[in-house]
Amino acid sequence: MQLTADQQAMLEGQNGRSKQKAMQILSTLGKIYGAEVMLPVTSVQVSGVSYANLGEAGLDWLSEMAVDGSRVKVLTTLNPAGMDIENWQVLGIDPQFARDQNRVLDAFARMGINLTCTCTPYLIGNLPNLGDHVAWAESSAVCYANSVLGARTNREGGPSALAAALTGFTPAYGLHLDENRRPTITVGVEVQPTGTWQYGVLGKAIGDRLQGQQSVPFITGIGHASLEELKSFCASIATYGGTGLFHMRGITPEVDNYTAPEEVIQITQADMQQAASKLQKALLDEVDFVSLGCPHLTLAEVARVAELLAGKKVKKEFWITTSRPVKRLADYAGYTTVIESAGAKFAVDTCCVVAPIEGRFKAMLTDSAKACYYAQARNRFAMHILPFDDVVLEACR
Amino acid sequence: MILRGRTIQPGRVTAPTLVSRQGISFYGGVDPESGIVLEAGHDLMGQCIAGKMLIFPSGKGSTVGSYTLYRLAKNGHAPAGIINANCETITAVGCIIGEIPCIDLVDISLIPDGVVATLDAEIGTLSW
Repeated sequence: MQLTADQQAMLEGQNGRSKQKAMQILSTLGKIYGAEVMLPVTSVQVSGVSYANLGEAGLDWLSEMAVDGSRVKVLTTLNPAGMDIENWQVLGIDPQFARDQNRVLDAFARMGINLTCTCTPYLIGNLPNLGDHVAWAESSAVCYANSVLGARTNREGGPSALAAALTGFTPAYGLHLDENRRPTITVGVEVQPTGTWQYGVLGKAIGDRLQGQQSVPFITGIGHASLEELKSFCASIATYGGTGLFHMRGITPEVDNYTAPEEVIQITQADMQQAASKLQKALLDEVDFVSLGCPHLTLAEVARVAELLAGKKVKKEFWITTSRPVKRLADYAGYTTVIESAGAKFAVDTCCVVAPIEGRFKAMLTDSAKACYYAQARNRFAMHILPFDDVVLEACR
Repeated sequence: MILRGRTIQPGRVTAPTLVSRQGISFYGGVDPESGIVLEAGHDLMGQCIAGKMLIFPSGKGSTVGSYTLYRLAKNGHAPAGIINANCETITAVGCIIGEIPCIDLVDISLIPDGVVATLDAEIGTLSW
């Protein structure tokens, strides 16, 4: 691998121990995957923020990286933390966990990282352009950046993303290169999905078929998709299929560079129904936890929740997860007052995938196919998926 | 016998070999305090990887596994060295941040279980 004089100096430790470690990680990954050069990145999204996932070992390592005063070179945002940073008591988070979570955030702060904790960095100003090289972790955001924005990133882990932030570089392999962005399989969708939940179901239907093949699907048959629907689809296809990039005819920016691959699979109405039934395991009467915001809600979605909850009272534990900046806008627009008056709770900076809520509830209702996966696998909840509006109305039943 | 591979993390160490034919998921699959393999049905289930020359085809599972290797290294229960057929991101990053000597691109089917072997990851050799 060819390193520039500056990169070589970092590797030799001339810019301090943290940048040396960072460059060791990047150059080794470059070697493993056959990268020829390093590429400058324009932004980074770091995962491994919740203390529940990091543990003391992860925190030790972050503290070690922060010790010599090294700071990030580009805009760097964080994945959701394990709690609402301002409002953790209301959500039943243990005070010791809160102290540990704040130690993690302190380490990131010392490195100059923006402490916005969200899985939707593209909604809060970390928004790369078509063709930009970035180093993002968080599988749903990686899929959104590559597919919907046309930026270029591999599926980074926490340490490799942080290494890119501290050095400003990432090795040139995988989805950074033209040849790996070519579609490998055509997916003909025979039904037009509507709403975030159906896009999640579609992501599962496709993801289950492609699982583990590292394919780049070329999706046809979708006439229109909103930002919220694409956000839901990206989260689902990344969760169930491990997909980091897709092209969608008429929707995504790189699709016209390619023709549909010869290998074709079809997604029929029956496939959609089968995928949906696998996400509707819990009985509605068992539901004791209602969750919206996987991935984090947009301002429009928060506004819709407020519209639906106006003058009503929720009857179940109802968490709305979003980013701090979107919450601030909701405060300003008056949505927060309406939502909280109805008895729903904001869980900002965090989400149901990373918060320490394992075993706390019996059955979760959501509009998110990704949330269903983690409800079952990580938190041992039964789950049920419904349309966004129905989720809100069911919370009041 | 001497096998040659590619350096992932440099270092020189001698330890008894522990050979697996299966992928290892460090996050969830290995106890981060003791180094005992916990994955049900794994061919190393119940065995301890601490202080061993750990030989397996490739890592798998969550990227949090890198931090598990780091934690094992910090509490003295990491493998002495790691030999992979094909090293992937999780194991590579874990070996770098935990400073565990590691090489890959080795024909691991040639390595016997339970022999004392020397890894010289500076030059990428394993000998016994």
